[in-house]
Amino acid sequence: MQGTSVRWRLAWIFPLGGLLFTSGCGVIGGKIASTSDPAGDQARHIWNLFVVPVWWLTVAVFLLVTVWMLLNIIRFRRKPGDTRIPPQVHGNTRLEIAWTLIPAIILALIAIPSTRLIFELNRDPGQESNALRVEVIGHQWWWEFRYPEYGIVTAGDLHVVVDRPVVLTITSQDVIHSFWPPRLAGKVDAIPGRHNTMVFTPEETGVFYGQCAELCGAQHAHMQFRVVVETQEDFDAWVAKHQRPVPQPAAGTLAAQGKELFEGSAGCAGCHSVDPRYDPTTTPINKTLMIGPNLAYFPERHTLAAFLPNTPENLHQWIANTEQVKPYSTMAEKWWKIRAQQNMLLTDDQVNAIVAYLESLR
Amino acid sequence: MSQAHAAASHPVEEHTTTGISHNRLMMWTFLASDCMFFGSLIWVYFAYRGRYFEPPYPRDLLDIPYTSVSAAVLLLSSFSIVMALTALERADMKGFRGWLLGTILLGALFLGGQYYEFTTFYHEGLTLTSNLFGTTFFVLTGFHGTHVFIGIVWLLVQWLLSYFGKLTPAHVERFFVTTLYWHFVDIVWIIIFMLVYLMPY
Amino acid sequence: MAEAALRLEQAGYRRSALVEWLTTVDHKKIGILYYWTSIVYLLLAGFLALLMRIQLAQPDMNFLGPKTYNEVMTMHGTMMIFAVAMPLNAAFFNIAVPLMIGARDVAFPRLNAFSYWSFLFGSLLMWSSFLFGHAPDAGWFGYANLSSSRLYSAGPGLDFWDLGLQVLGISSIAGALNFFVTIVNMRAPGMSLMRMPVYVWMVLVTAVLILLAFPSLTVGLFMIMFDRYFDTNFFNPLHGGDPVIWQHLFWIFGHPEVYILVLPPMGIISEILPTFSRKPLFGAPFVIFAGIAIAFLSFFVWAHHMFTVGLGPVPNALFAASTMMIGIPTGVKVFNWLATMWGGSIDFKAPMKFASAAVWLLMMGGVTGVMHATVPLDYQQQDSYFIVAHFHYIIFGVIVMALLGATYYWFPKMYGRLLDERLGTVHFWLTFLAMNLTFFPMHFVGLDGMPRRYFTYSAETGWGTWNLVITIGAFILGLSQLVLLVNVVKTMRQPANAPADPWDGRTLEWTIPSPPPAYNFAVIPTVRGRDAYWIEKYGDGHHTVTDTTQRRHVSVNRDNPGHGLPAGVHLPKPSWWPMIVSAGLTAMAAGMIMHGTETLGPLGFPVVGIGAFVVFFGLLGWHFEPAIEHAEHEQAHVHH
Repeated sequence: MQGTSVRWRLAWIFPLGGLLFTSGCGVIGGKIASTSDPAGDQARHIWNLFVVPVWWLTVAVFLLVTVWMLLNIIRFRRKPGDTRIPPQVHGNTRLEIAWTLIPAIILALIAIPSTRLIFELNRDPGQESNALRVEVIGHQWWWEFRYPEYGIVTAGDLHVVVDRPVVLTITSQDVIHSFWPPRLAGKVDAIPGRHNTMVFTPEETGVFYGQCAELCGAQHAHMQFRVVVETQEDFDAWVAKHQRPVPQPAAGTLAAQGKELFEGSAGCAGCHSVDPRYDPTTTPINKTLMIGPNLAYFPERHTLAAFLPNTPENLHQWIANTEQVKPYSTMAEKWWKIRAQQNMLLTDDQVNAIVAYLESLR
Repeated sequence: MSQAHAAASHPVEEHTTTGISHNRLMMWTFLASDCMFFGSLIWVYFAYRGRYFEPPYPRDLLDIPYTSVSAAVLLLSSFSIVMALTALERADMKGFRGWLLGTILLGALFLGGQYYEFTTFYHEGLTLTSNLFGTTFFVLTGFHGTHVFIGIVWLLVQWLLSYFGKLTPAHVERFFVTTLYWHFVDIVWIIIFMLVYLMPY
Repeated sequence: MAEAALRLEQAGYRRSALVEWLTTVDHKKIGILYYWTSIVYLLLAGFLALLMRIQLAQPDMNFLGPKTYNEVMTMHGTMMIFAVAMPLNAAFFNIAVPLMIGARDVAFPRLNAFSYWSFLFGSLLMWSSFLFGHAPDAGWFGYANLSSSRLYSAGPGLDFWDLGLQVLGISSIAGALNFFVTIVNMRAPGMSLMRMPVYVWMVLVTAVLILLAFPSLTVGLFMIMFDRYFDTNFFNPLHGGDPVIWQHLFWIFGHPEVYILVLPPMGIISEILPTFSRKPLFGAPFVIFAGIAIAFLSFFVWAHHMFTVGLGPVPNALFAASTMMIGIPTGVKVFNWLATMWGGSIDFKAPMKFASAAVWLLMMGGVTGVMHATVPLDYQQQDSYFIVAHFHYIIFGVIVMALLGATYYWFPKMYGRLLDERLGTVHFWLTFLAMNLTFFPMHFVGLDGMPRRYFTYSAETGWGTWNLVITIGAFILGLSQLVLLVNVVKTMRQPANAPADPWDGRTLEWTIPSPPPAYNFAVIPTVRGRDAYWIEKYGDGHHTVTDTTQRRHVSVNRDNPGHGLPAGVHLPKPSWWPMIVSAGLTAMAAGMIMHGTETLGPLGFPVVGIGAFVVFFGLLGWHFEPAIEHAEHEQAHVHH
């Protein structure tokens, strides 16, 4: 009687365990950074390996250990008043060898496809392929993208072509970062003094979320980027546009005032260029172009300050209240704070003019 | 103090499972750990070997004959400390102190030689910050020098204890442990000498 | 018996209670000091975790700023590893190991006290960084060059971290030397290596791991210190320095460190399961060799923390293979534990609840470990919450759960009292359920792409729901630990009347009274097998106990007194020197930190000098002080 009630009291573990276990299956995915919704070949290969064989072997191990543990708990629980000494079994060599081999086999089943994939994933498709080559440079806290084949540079948005392999050379100008577009590929660290390679082929058009994955200082969480996967025609148009200088604002407009401020008293041009072109022969990947991100065709970008949606309102906030929007950033420390100390913060009208100028760079 | 003296000069016989004294076992274990310390330092030296972006370069600086002499001096001190140990075992306290003093002087001579070498390199432009050779060289050999310095202080304390009659032939085990440390520091120098000085660039 | 004990205790302890604790060299007292210091730090570092969980409960929260969050996150990790998990293990090394091997103390009682005081002062030095408004903020792993350059980590925060860790490292190495020598050299007669309890084995292996792994961290920390103070180029890419070198040094230490943390708890599980199942550990030699294999392999797997660094496919594949091999001995342990329970007569007292839960949680954390060992999966999982989930299953699920189990198990040996069983059950279920509620959903947000060490996230990421669940779980988990404190307070108000052997134990600590007298064993026992006490109680045969009063509680070999006993019991003498030397050492570290600041800079080197002076003369005083007190000859006879 006593034993039965103990067993029933424990029975609730089964539905609870089942709930915990299966809950994972429905709750992940469908989010902008879900590794379970691959849109590129690398992310797809990785997710497939995760499901077969790793996940199912995990389920097998989970069931084996959980069921055995529950059987132990239910069957061998000591009854009150039981002073019996159970048989003193010291071991069983054959059994132990068996369960040395079981994990070995399970691990081998995982290791073989895994090793194959390791060698497949980072293979450079070679110079003769039509792979798109981009240099990715991490900064505290934003991403710079250079296209040496086209002599253009941009920041925040990485433009690539659907179904065309992309070879990224990844490095950093300051501390270690890690480049991670979860739906397209895994992550590769951006390390100062080292050039790492990432190879993947985007398989869907769209705008994909990306982020920094290695602690790189105060604003590590605000170091996003977007990967814009587009058709070859759209990409060609984008490149052609970036190979031309940005348009000049018409004289007398607010934007023209903003340009004057940008290049003059506001001091923006000290760190930011609005010319999308650069010379890859004189500026290899380990040389700095400008301190701040290049702002050519800025309104077309998806993010501002590497985390905010790029709207004129946010831009206004960012210029007027840099310290509140992204403290510790270079712009807050080396520009906004210094101007605040010298009582030289821009007036609202001046900020409006600069916003108008940047918004005109289409 | 007299009580302390009494207890110190008649150490209690330890019963140990292995028959090796606690002190000796601890020193061996510590030296195994110290091997990993120097192993890591030497590995760092090699990881950066050749990544010297600015002069001065090792081949412009390293003076193998000079360092061979100072290495010989340190090796000789391993011999003299063995003589000190055997003198202590024979209860020849005068001989013990003599050989011990000799060991201390040889160790000090080695350190003096290292000081001279460091200042020479410094005047030729090699500093901790000049390039990675300076950084790794000074840190590796400097940590070895620190080990020698600690050894000298330890030997000096033992010499003074013996002079005031507080280190007796009953403490031969304790002194033996000191000699283990001293030999280890010597061996490490032989390895550093071979890897840093003799290995061609 | 009691009179003799009293006389012995009076000989060394005619001092005020405070002085007694400050100068103690008794491993049992040092164990208690370690225990409560680590528990206080567990609550403090747990409190830091709750601060982080408030900040992450919802998107775009403004509870902690980015820098404060990084400080809280760094201190949570650093403290939980170095000031909670390691010293909590050390607490039980002290409380249990000498008793389990039949020794009167550790090999070097004063060095033992030195380890404790260095741990206390070193950790207080690190905690004090909050008072100065500059806590370390580069993560517990302090990746160069973020940590090594004052350009990227201004202020003394990382100096507190670097030098505080050096002091803690010295404490750990001293402790490891001590326990290595103690276990190798101070076993009771008859206790051959293969008759040693599995817990003692795991402590021995851990001591070796500490001795071989910590120097690499020491060297790395020196390099960071040189870079920060003397502008050397170790990690400065402009002069050829490579920040990846730090990662190698850190993980050559850091991966063995994982096993330094987990092997002793695995040993605890290997003691608790047999005791409460009334069965010997299934395949004990296999379990021991599995532990040794894990320790050996742990030196060849460090680069699995660096799969995304770009070492190349060949190193990645090799390190993946060696990492997966660790899964084999770990699997063996789990199966052997399950087989130990199988066919037993299991009494689910609180220690058993925690220990068997730890076995299951080891499987939960282990299978995800295999996932990150699979390099391509790690490209996605590295530095995501999936990893956070994995190692919390190991560190909380196995290490903390086993150590909580050990608390219930060995509390009689600490205080002569049994913790309340009903509160223990409540504590267990709250902790077990809350820890799963906290750490299981981290798998989900990890797979959904949430990186570690983010102080905030936007609503569009969709991570908000599970983060709220995690936060709720974390608060329940934190509050559940108060049940343990209530239990301790309640228990301590009751008389110390625990029997010598409350659990029908198998090892030597249960042969002596609870709590043990200062000299532990009136007569050093002789050991005839691995479960030394069990064999004395029940023999090797398979028979049923009918009369439990037959059990002998005082000494295993009362018929053979004097065997292996030196003439007279030598109690180690209380000493101030360990604390003085630790204080000098910490002053040197503090002086170095001051040297790096603008306001106190000129005071820095003088303070370092004073510290060195204190260390030197402290060591001299230590050297001159007699280590042992000649107490009255132990004449106690064992009476029943």
